[in-house]
Amino acid sequence: MTMNEFFQQLLNGLAVGGIYALVALGYTMVYGVLKLINFAHGDLFTMGAYFGFTLLVGCGLAGVLPPWMSIIAAMAVAMFLVAILGVILERAAYRPLRKANRLAAVVSALGASIMLQNAIMLIYGAKFYVYPEELRPSLVLDIFGVQTPIMRVIVIGVSTLLMVILYLFIHKTRMGTAIRAVAIDQGASRLMGINVDRVISLVFFLGAGLGGVAGVMVGMYYGQIDFTMGWNYGLKAFTAAILGGIGNIPGAMLGGLLLGVIEALGSAYLSMAWKDAIAFLVLILILIIRPTGLLGERVADKL
Amino acid sequence: MSRQNIFSLIYAQRGILLTFVIAALPLFLDRYWTDVFVSVGMYAMLALSLNVILGQAGIFHMGHAAFYAVGAYVTAILNTQMGIPVLWLIPVAGAAAALFALVVARPIIHLRGDYLLIVTIGIVEIVRIALINDIFGLTGGANGIFGISRPVLFGYRIKTALQFYYLVWGMVGLTVLCFWWLSHSRFGRALNCIKEDDVAAEGCGINVASLKLAAFVIGAFWAGMAGNLFAAKMTIISPGSFTFWESVIVFAVVILSGGSHTGVLLGTVLIVALPELFRDFADARMLVFGLAMMIMMVVRPQGLIPPMPRRYAHYLPKRRQASAKGDAA
Amino acid sequence: MSLLTLSEVTKIFGGLVAVNDVSFEVEEGSIVGLIGPNGAGKTTVFNLITGNYHPDAGDILFDGKSIRGKKPHAIVEAGIARTFQSIRLFPTLPVLENVLAGRHCRMYSGLLACMFHTPDQRREEKAAVERAMQELEFVGLADKINEEAHSLSYGNQRLLEMARALASDPRLIILDEPAGSMNDPETEVLIKLIQAIQKRGVTVLLIEHDMNLVMRVCEKILVLEYGALIAEGPPEAVRRDPRVIEAYLGQD
Repeated sequence: MTMNEFFQQLLNGLAVGGIYALVALGYTMVYGVLKLINFAHGDLFTMGAYFGFTLLVGCGLAGVLPPWMSIIAAMAVAMFLVAILGVILERAAYRPLRKANRLAAVVSALGASIMLQNAIMLIYGAKFYVYPEELRPSLVLDIFGVQTPIMRVIVIGVSTLLMVILYLFIHKTRMGTAIRAVAIDQGASRLMGINVDRVISLVFFLGAGLGGVAGVMVGMYYGQIDFTMGWNYGLKAFTAAILGGIGNIPGAMLGGLLLGVIEALGSAYLSMAWKDAIAFLVLILILIIRPTGLLGERVADKL
Repeated sequence: MSRQNIFSLIYAQRGILLTFVIAALPLFLDRYWTDVFVSVGMYAMLALSLNVILGQAGIFHMGHAAFYAVGAYVTAILNTQMGIPVLWLIPVAGAAAALFALVVARPIIHLRGDYLLIVTIGIVEIVRIALINDIFGLTGGANGIFGISRPVLFGYRIKTALQFYYLVWGMVGLTVLCFWWLSHSRFGRALNCIKEDDVAAEGCGINVASLKLAAFVIGAFWAGMAGNLFAAKMTIISPGSFTFWESVIVFAVVILSGGSHTGVLLGTVLIVALPELFRDFADARMLVFGLAMMIMMVVRPQGLIPPMPRRYAHYLPKRRQASAKGDAA
Repeated sequence: MSLLTLSEVTKIFGGLVAVNDVSFEVEEGSIVGLIGPNGAGKTTVFNLITGNYHPDAGDILFDGKSIRGKKPHAIVEAGIARTFQSIRLFPTLPVLENVLAGRHCRMYSGLLACMFHTPDQRREEKAAVERAMQELEFVGLADKINEEAHSLSYGNQRLLEMARALASDPRLIILDEPAGSMNDPETEVLIKLIQAIQKRGVTVLLIEHDMNLVMRVCEKILVLEYGALIAEGPPEAVRRDPRVIEAYLGQD
């Protein structure tokens, strides 16, 4: 493999990794405040992709606005809609079980995931959908001698921008601090006057929103979406979150990018067929060798 | 009548009733539905074996389809490549799955609940991908393996749905008996202790890691045997039968069942047989399934039929038996 | 004869030295108390002995053999049983099964024997149940065998934990604040129980804040402060030791 190909794959990995990172953030933020793995998160991400498609093609947005604007509009609207959906999900599936044992919440999460996935299938059908070709810029840039499709740059750019905004929000605003407080200790936060319910809703709003944008980006990047993609991406994004340290926001970002790169380089150097297995292998290895993740918290109880 | 006697009576009544119902059921079913109930039987075996791991030990395990797959594929490979009769391979399938479980569970047994759950999902996926990629050149790739022979029991070849029905449900009966005894022994007690509080369990002398592994191995062994029966029934197996969704179904059955053997059987019937009634609404089935899971957790999180408490009065000498019975009134 | 020996044991958590170069011996057949202000490291010492933590330095010998680094269940098998400061029973399991849990490590039926309900396994179960009943009678809970553990009163739960610990045939039993939230009559019962345990030949090491109990029951007292042993000796001597008084009451 030449240097050129290597860089191509590297950038590919960073783009895919950016998408993984956005989805991973949803998992890690929810885990941080609720100590729960939101199994339905991958399906929220899928809904984002479908909302984007519906807006662009179904509603003919693509024909009405110039390409750049319609893409941004689709992303924004999809982000907002999925964010709302996330809040509804929390209310319906998780809030009633706040006091119950962890297993009940896990099962409910699974049930919600199954429900959402099949709802998508019922509404849109089982076939895959294609994002309009005209909207997917096919310009190829030449960056330091490496042929780079502009899509990669866009995806890397947008995901980086969103991650930076989120990071600033979490660390520089009051609400962000409230989120961090609830993630550390719900009880203490409540005593300090923080409205924990509202914080949790906000976390779902943000996490789902990011997942929604990621969905639209997958539509743009790969061109093709289907109702099972939530499962695939969801698991990989979760791996990314664990890789970086679950509950740790910069960890999710790092984990996502790293996983994307490992996957891209791995499938190029090894074999395409095992691409999906790479993520799972990484997951299992990380949990065995360094369960804290690269930046994060303890995961195993030692007896 | 004291509680001890009531419990024995209930168990005996349930057992006899169930045996009778199961034995007589095919008389009322057409071929299609007999086939459905053969499926129910196999899922029941899977669910009963997962119940040891999930229901009794409280280990969040969603990779059960992997053990099922190992059993089925080992059977298929040894049968088609070496001509070994299928029924002789039942213990081999079980042992292969058990060994696989031992190797795979050992490094991950210390993980906390949610994480173990995710890893087990990863394991199922890796197994499936390995099967599709024709690992070691043995698994036939995405098309799988065909031409598996039928089981021959004492010279009698089992090929109709009805014959399979009795074979499978016979195995289920054996399974229920073994697992019943297991749960009423120190093994079953220890698993329950681990589920309640594994630090306390370790602190009173229970080797938690070793017992969790043992639970996995037993569960896997039985799932492997179920895989053998599956291979023999279908004569063709492919990776598509062993996806994460199979694991989800079995997982859901165990959780919704509440942990008792009767509950597991009932749960399997509900989740596997009931949707067949609504075949016309095939698409909406899964959606309702998901919704039902969510509602169940809010309405009845302990499941349909929780296990009845174990009683020990019959182990105690007569005069203590009297006081034991007396207090339980 | 020294049954338990701690030798320069140190445990550090992050930057905090929880146990600092602690050495002491527990004679077989004796009742030894470990006291000290809150946060002195007493429960940490217990957790080091029971294998829940591993020492960063030093060694722990039980009956002459090192138990350092062993897992907790192995230490129970070796002969040390414990109760927990915050009671850790199996709440939804009945009282009898809680005690049978203690009996687990002394039973030998394997997986197959349990699955097929062999005569040996049945015999062993019977013997275990009888032994569990003996322990329940010993602590006075024999009339409650089928009640779920969480429904017992706090004092009874502590007694149940002791019965569970005794069921594993320990040579040394470690009691972590056994009199916690007990009233006077219950404490009296506890004192008699501890003395009865000693009569059975089991050595007792306990942590307690109830000074009345400690002074009456213990033959030797160890005093811990900020992780270090500051005094050691018979109750009367320790009570008068100025360093001990200072640790509890502060300087004038």
